[in-house]
Amino acid sequence: MHQEYTVIEGDFVNAGKASSSVKKTLKQLNVSPQIVKRVVVALYEAEVNAIAHAYGGTVSVDIEADKITMVVADKGPGIPDIALAMQEGYSTARPEVRDMGFGAGMGLPNMQKNVDKLNVTSEVGVGTTVEMEVNFA
Amino acid sequence: MANEDDFYHSLEIDHDLCIGCSHCMKICPTEAIRIRDGKAWIQGGRCIDCGICYKDCPSKAIYIKQDDFDEIQKYPHSVALVPAVFLGQFPDEIRVSRIYAALKDLGFRHVFEVESSALIYAEAKNRYARENTDKEPLISSFCPAIVRLIQVKYPALADNIIPLKAPLDISAIYALKTLTDQKIPRKEIGIFYVTPCAAKIAAVKQPVGERKSIIDGVINMDSLYNRVFKKIKEQGKDYVFPPLKTPRLTADAILSTLTNGERRICMAKRSYAIDGIENVMDFLEKLENDEIEGVEFLELRACDQSCAGATLSCENRFLCSERMYGRARKAAERERNGEVPRSQEMESQKEYLIECSGVEAVQPRSMMVLDKDIAKALEKMEKIRRVKANLPHIDCGLCGAPTCDALATDYVMGTAELENCVFYQRHLEEQGKMLPEESLGKMQQIWGEDRISEKIKE
Repeated sequence: MHQEYTVIEGDFVNAGKASSSVKKTLKQLNVSPQIVKRVVVALYEAEVNAIAHAYGGTVSVDIEADKITMVVADKGPGIPDIALAMQEGYSTARPEVRDMGFGAGMGLPNMQKNVDKLNVTSEVGVGTTVEMEVNFA
Repeated sequence: MANEDDFYHSLEIDHDLCIGCSHCMKICPTEAIRIRDGKAWIQGGRCIDCGICYKDCPSKAIYIKQDDFDEIQKYPHSVALVPAVFLGQFPDEIRVSRIYAALKDLGFRHVFEVESSALIYAEAKNRYARENTDKEPLISSFCPAIVRLIQVKYPALADNIIPLKAPLDISAIYALKTLTDQKIPRKEIGIFYVTPCAAKIAAVKQPVGERKSIIDGVINMDSLYNRVFKKIKEQGKDYVFPPLKTPRLTADAILSTLTNGERRICMAKRSYAIDGIENVMDFLEKLENDEIEGVEFLELRACDQSCAGATLSCENRFLCSERMYGRARKAAERERNGEVPRSQEMESQKEYLIECSGVEAVQPRSMMVLDKDIAKALEKMEKIRRVKANLPHIDCGLCGAPTCDALATDYVMGTAELENCVFYQRHLEEQGKMLPEESLGKMQQIWGEDRISEKIKE
């Protein structure tokens, strides 16, 4: 099953819309609460990233019987050094974003912690794509 | 998936009185009600006994099952276990001791207050919190409608509910122990809980996390209010009642059933008290997404103003709440003057009561699951999405389901037909696939045979 959502730059009010909707779907599919939680946390982080650091983007979700694949693609500044960005606490967030409680440098590490497969590709000045996979069993 | 017959519900619909107006269907927070044959029907697997439908029903067709009042005569030592909100129902000039006297004149041999164990319950919760720092936040087990809401709608949070008996059960154990310690045989003791709501009855008849409650019967608070009030009126102003040792609750105990009552005495660094089921659902939705962090304790109550606004409360919830505050202020003054409240008597039984108050962990019983098999559930979900796309999305309720989403789900789950939708009917008629009398027949199946023809005749 395929679902798609649009994320708009700076729209913190609607951060979490995609993850909420995915959560409802997974609950109906009888996916265990622990796995639902991991999916929701990871997707929420990715959504916030696209809102805070990029100029918006799209979230596409594919649910199969054994796994969920989430791709969050943004148009944004891109990440020059992905390995550095994966380190806990590393952040390039602007002060006003930090003031809102975001940009603590925990986004990517937190995604890594909660998913079974994470693939980040990025091109500076073009955008970043985060692919995540969580297995149900 | 929850088997509907497995759950005890205290809410029932009297189909002789129900006019199928669908008010209850639209207001039910778990979408547990459907209209068929011109009547409302409750789906057991979804109902959490919150009682919102009971309050909203204009024809008083929804009732709350209770035990026969004469049952108390069967026990030489009948016990009335009354909640503090019961006393908050009465006008200020009727004093607590007078209400107790009336209860005894009505046939109760003993009177105990539910909140007498409030501080022991608080202590048990604090101890549990100290031993379970990994679970965050902990959710109070106080409100049984909330416990059931979490089981059916937020199964991921079931493990956060503190697995402890509520004060009503702890006080029942205390009452029983007090009487059996006086060498009164158990079979002569009948404990009757005076309930302010439907959910608490369901919790007594089918407790979550334990097998059987020790409470022998349940009496609805509104019906007992009528009996007590009548008794007091009959006896008149000058009635002299024997001096009673009225139990004195502490201010903390009296306030424990009101909003913030648990929160103000919990040992959490950060906590919230939320009342009203819609507010609770909003919060739980966010909590489940991990959008709220660092909260240690949650006091959640289904009713606005907590138990003062309970289903069976006959008084305005704000008036009831203020009377309880009045009583609490007096109690606080007595405490300051050094008088010892009764709950201190219970202190001696504290360890025994805390030991008795544990229950098994609350298990989720999700109402949302479409199929146990994930592949089949996915298929059903795809089908629901396709069906939903063709529905009008105005949630008119004419199909006998509360929303277009609910109809789509019911259809895929095999409990409703798509032809129940009036828009779909028109579409089929236009295509020549349905005759007007067929769509009339559909409407009659939902709203009853008489309804449409009678209205048309008029």
